[in-house]
Amino acid sequence: MTEHDVRLTVNGVPRTARVPARRLLSDCLRHDLGLTGTHVGCEHGVCGACTVLVDGLPMRSCLLFAVSVDGAEVTTVEGCRAPDGGLGPVQQAFQDCHGLQCGFCTPGFVTTVTAYLRDHPDPTPEQAREAVGGNLCRCTGYQNIVASVLRAAEITGDGQP
Amino acid sequence: MTTRMFGEPIVRREDPRLVSGAGRYLDDLGSEALAAAFVRSPHAAARVLDVDVADALDVDGLVAIYTYEDLDGRVAEPLPLLIPHPALHAPRTGYPLARDVVRHVGEAVVMVVATDRYVAEDACERIRVSYETRPPVVGLEAAARAERRVHEDLPDNVAAHLVQEVGDARAAIAAAPHRLRLDLDIERSASMPLEGRGVYARWDEADRSLRVYSSTQTSTSVRFALAAKLDIPVDRVEVVTPDVGGGFGVKIMHPWPEEVLVPWAAMRLGRPVKWAEDRREHFISSAHERAQRHAVEVGFDGDGVLRGLDVTFDHDNGAYTPYGIIVPVITSTQLLGPYKPGTYRVELRSLYTNTVQVTPYRGAGRPQGCFVMERTMDAIAAHLGLDRAVVRERNFIQPEEMPYDHQLTFQDGRPLIYDSGDYPATLEKLRKLVGWDGFAAFRDEARAQGRRVGIGLACYVEGTGVGPYEGAHVRVETNGSVVVATGLTTQGQGHETVFAQVAAAELGVPVEAVTVVTGDTRRFKYAVGTFASRAAVMSGNAVALAARKVRAKALRIAAEALEIDPGDLEVVEGVVSVKGTPDVSIPLRTVAVLANPLRYAFDEETQRATQFAVGGGADRPPVADDDEPGLEATDYYSPLRSTFAAGMHAAVVETDPETAEIKILRYCVVHDCGRLINPRIVEGQIHGGVAQGVGGALYERMVYDDDGQLLNASFMDFLMPYASEVPVVETDHLETPSPLNPLGIKGAGEAGVIPGAAVFASAIEDAEGIPIHRMPISPSELWELRRREEQG
Repeated sequence: MTEHDVRLTVNGVPRTARVPARRLLSDCLRHDLGLTGTHVGCEHGVCGACTVLVDGLPMRSCLLFAVSVDGAEVTTVEGCRAPDGGLGPVQQAFQDCHGLQCGFCTPGFVTTVTAYLRDHPDPTPEQAREAVGGNLCRCTGYQNIVASVLRAAEITGDGQP
Repeated sequence: MTTRMFGEPIVRREDPRLVSGAGRYLDDLGSEALAAAFVRSPHAAARVLDVDVADALDVDGLVAIYTYEDLDGRVAEPLPLLIPHPALHAPRTGYPLARDVVRHVGEAVVMVVATDRYVAEDACERIRVSYETRPPVVGLEAAARAERRVHEDLPDNVAAHLVQEVGDARAAIAAAPHRLRLDLDIERSASMPLEGRGVYARWDEADRSLRVYSSTQTSTSVRFALAAKLDIPVDRVEVVTPDVGGGFGVKIMHPWPEEVLVPWAAMRLGRPVKWAEDRREHFISSAHERAQRHAVEVGFDGDGVLRGLDVTFDHDNGAYTPYGIIVPVITSTQLLGPYKPGTYRVELRSLYTNTVQVTPYRGAGRPQGCFVMERTMDAIAAHLGLDRAVVRERNFIQPEEMPYDHQLTFQDGRPLIYDSGDYPATLEKLRKLVGWDGFAAFRDEARAQGRRVGIGLACYVEGTGVGPYEGAHVRVETNGSVVVATGLTTQGQGHETVFAQVAAAELGVPVEAVTVVTGDTRRFKYAVGTFASRAAVMSGNAVALAARKVRAKALRIAAEALEIDPGDLEVVEGVVSVKGTPDVSIPLRTVAVLANPLRYAFDEETQRATQFAVGGGADRPPVADDDEPGLEATDYYSPLRSTFAAGMHAAVVETDPETAEIKILRYCVVHDCGRLINPRIVEGQIHGGVAQGVGGALYERMVYDDDGQLLNASFMDFLMPYASEVPVVETDHLETPSPLNPLGIKGAGEAGVIPGAAVFASAIEDAEGIPIHRMPISPSELWELRRREEQG
């Protein structure tokens, strides 16, 4: 099978991978680049666990081929840390508000919320709920995830890590 | 003070790892492993005539193809019957790979091993299996009609038949002033964790040892099962549960065909092999639950007080019964909830169908039982024109009647005796929380505006903390850190936090000093598993008992070192000191050093424990006859019986007069799980349970067609609730401690889901004035019910 060189900037670091054209971006990140924080829950774009930011926009990495995003900047959950290596504001908020249980869906929420808050820094509770409306969580019942979105906005607004 | 203890809502200690992508779930491991994929039956009932692998052999990267014929030893035998039951007269389990016959869509027929999953699936696509199909048995009606058989040697499709009776219920009902009959159905759903199943195995030929990682709810039991199946000594098998992306019951089932085949293939090939289930596989080859049809006869007096209850029901167990009949047995006992039935008769049949097998899903038969009992309560209230809450109250077991013996046998083979609970107080709290008494006015007001609103109520009692036992090992290291190991597994319940809280509280150390390991047979070999809301009760108490032993030993050693009576000592913040004289003290880490008499020091601190440094008389050995080296201990908690948690939920719904859309306006929970170790985590468990209750009541169902095809085997079509479907949950707690265990706790894991179908049926019925006898209910079904009601 023909293989292709893919160049990506992942979490600020230039990376290359040699992959078949059919290699999903999720598999490329997880298995070729070793970034296993991106999870795969359904393989058809419904659950959102695999959400990563491609050139800043949240996308389902299980619905993208790695070759189709050649040259892109990709941010995964590993890249949502604070500059000092501690938890980023969204990650911290999820811990503060018990916004996760098993943690499998959490990376997709963290990336989604990170992108959302960049454009909507001060959401209402209703908007916060809407913001995570495309991601499935089987554990939490979402109440604490919505609280986490609001808390993350608060932390980001305070300029705290 | 950094020490936070039992009862504090501290944030979870596992979270920094999980929120930053540093968790390690099954498919994050074994990047060097070969990948397995399976050819699965596309037919619900068929004979396998031939497997032609010729085309697949050309696939570059193919390593091996296995069919049933390749299996050897005990791997070729049927999978184990995990829980035999006297009433399960015709148990049937499948083979790891189908032997001649397939009995549901999704049953594994061929295993392929290749260099990666893409290649393995390429090979699967090129394998041609010839089948001789036959018409399947789908649904309880077809199973009961028994015109066709699921298992050739079972003409009636009946796996089990069980009757339990307390008093003469039929006579009591016949003699009662009022009688009602109800038919109540619940459809299939499933646990559906976001991470599917997965197994990764490494065989070390030189060491003759096997390490298996599995996304399971029971690593210890997988270990025993694999040692037996693969015929290797138990001591050569390690099973490790990594981070697990949710279980909700389905992962307590074991050993799965794949869980046997992956290690088996790794041994044969001498190379690591991994299989991570995909979503479609999870839908068609793991397990489902819930489908039951119930017929209720109830007799009661003019006050709504029960005289007799007679419930007959059929349970759809799918194609096989590896997990026994736990689910219907739980329904049959737990449907009584907080009530005294007067007399009770329950008769269940468990039936085979050509569908995915049934094993417990969070709630495990209780949601069905709660639905049956609570629908009956509402029907009695409607029949007599009484308030629904009042009818319930009149039938409650009273606090002074505890412990209350139902004179039935529970799922663990032990008597069904409630240990404690205050049901009237629970109901009172719920009435206040939801505003029950003022609701009629709100409903009338809404109705005057053309709106339809309704309120529902449902009560349950849940047997939690089922035995036989759990254990824990607690060790204080010479650097002062504390390591806790318990054998049961974790799938998001926060065990790294709550067991640390228990140990910290018992030992008197900061919770930050405690590390918890779960589900790793290298660290703790004896355990049962995480299911039945048992982890906090069972391992929580085991951790407490082990920590108490460690504390007692620490006090004894410190007392010798300080030359003082142990009774005068306390442990605070990791330091043993004299009560009232904190200056006279010795750190626990030093006690840990002294606890292990050394010939060889390994650092400056441990020089204290070497033979020329320690004091003590020359007339006794350094380690006494009844002692062991190290500041550590193991203990087990094994309860006499389950402990019974309880709760009551209320929901307020609005139904659209035109579209029949069902909207949840409010959801209130009052919950009593005894003493809370961590209220934040308990609350989270309730929220998550309620969300699954909402799913089960309004959205989720497994839709099989007459050919036994699962039509909605994807997240596109199986509608799990998103944030937009789940209401804000308002909660209140009661804490009625359990007298059965040292910590006074009861389980909380399943509670939130139990009353879901019952409470929404009650609320929708209240809004619509149409009896609701079948759940889940969709807008189109409600619309259809309205149409039929209008036509009389």
